[in-house]
Amino acid sequence: MKLTLRIWRQSSATGRLVDYVLDDLSPDMSFLEALDVLNERLITSGQEPVAFDHDCREGICGMCGLMINGMAHGPEKATTACQLHLRHFRDGDVVTVEPWRAEPFPVVRDLVVDRSAFDRIVAAGGYISVPAGSAPDAHATPVPKPDADTAFEAAACIGCGACVAACPNGSGMLFTAAKATHLGVLPQGQPERYSRARDMVAEHDALGFGGCTNTGECTPACPKGIPLTTIARLNADLLRAHTTRSDR
Amino acid sequence: MDTIGLYHTTIGKKAVMAVTGVALLLYVVAHMAGNLTIFSGADAINDYGRWLREIGAVWPTRVVLLVCIALHFVAAYQLTARARKAKGRYEHRRRVQGSYAARTMRWGGVILALFVVYHLLDLTVGWLNPNGVPGDIHANVVADFQHWYVVLAYTVAVLALGFHIRHGVWSATQTLGVTTSRVIGLGVAVVVCAGFLSVPFAVFTGLVS
Repeated sequence: MKLTLRIWRQSSATGRLVDYVLDDLSPDMSFLEALDVLNERLITSGQEPVAFDHDCREGICGMCGLMINGMAHGPEKATTACQLHLRHFRDGDVVTVEPWRAEPFPVVRDLVVDRSAFDRIVAAGGYISVPAGSAPDAHATPVPKPDADTAFEAAACIGCGACVAACPNGSGMLFTAAKATHLGVLPQGQPERYSRARDMVAEHDALGFGGCTNTGECTPACPKGIPLTTIARLNADLLRAHTTRSDR
Repeated sequence: MDTIGLYHTTIGKKAVMAVTGVALLLYVVAHMAGNLTIFSGADAINDYGRWLREIGAVWPTRVVLLVCIALHFVAAYQLTARARKAKGRYEHRRRVQGSYAARTMRWGGVILALFVVYHLLDLTVGWLNPNGVPGDIHANVVADFQHWYVVLAYTVAVLALGFHIRHGVWSATQTLGVTTSRVIGLGVAVVVCAGFLSVPFAVFTGLVS
């Protein structure tokens, strides 16, 4: 099949969209494989290949992240760019490919952005401080099933940044909420629950992310479908941290 | 309680918007209910207005409303400025989810503020009212809505209010930590719109005169 990829190329402070026509594609290829085909062609013809992030190509690592035709990870719901197959496009389509765009995600090159802002949010409190020692028995700490389900739903976040890329406010609240929720609803996460919410939100804000307006663009863009209820849960913890728990 | 620290967070500013928004909504509902007294005749609404003044409800309400509007506006302005800076600009962008109501909160709020100024000059101060007799609410309202352009202005403003409430109610509860059904916001918006619009259309069609 044939596709025209209109790809953002950037090696300095500014970039531009460049058209590449690929007419030897298979509908069974993933979107990243189409970029591989393009890059092989660019390399053999002595041109600079398109830089893009990728790792597992199984939809679980969170490395790939492309704005495909104006939608984070492309048109398929709950699908990462690496798991998006070309059969979802029509033969002859023109497909625009851009990097995530948000103030805290500066473009490194072409389609690669620096997402270390997410690491800083996690470093601000997205962990549990315990002396590790040897692994405890799996059933040593009882966890109610609904709590385990909520925690797991949030823990499915792969930190790809699609929520920020899709947000009209450039907010990282769905990511922050997911990371705060998967710890905050478990017994092991209780001692630092409120300081975690306070510190992670403070870091989120300090990094220049926008505020959440509950528009709801993030959840449909999220390849793991992290629900908006996680944001409400974080809001509740944050409000409590600043009202009744300011000592912590 | 660490109010300043809370206000420095984006969620804290949203919480201020949520609480002031709820206060403003309660006023809007009370105002809408009060308007409906016009259907019981000229004396009913004029007596209701007089009663509000006699019990001394007018100025305290105005002070509270002004404080709420100021806080609501300042927080919205700060969050908007922040979002403008943070958000990415794409060559090609498609909206997936965000409802019309959610996307028009900011400009919708500005439109509402401008309408409130006109509304105060019209039916509170009376300068822009064709009748403009202080205390004769019924006659002022009837004089207003004889004109299609006044009916149109009020209709546009009330619909803008409806959209603002539709997303605002859901967003406020979400900000305060509870995810509610979006139907609640829609229901409140429909009731408020229907209540407010019933008066201009009743006058315009001659039902109230």
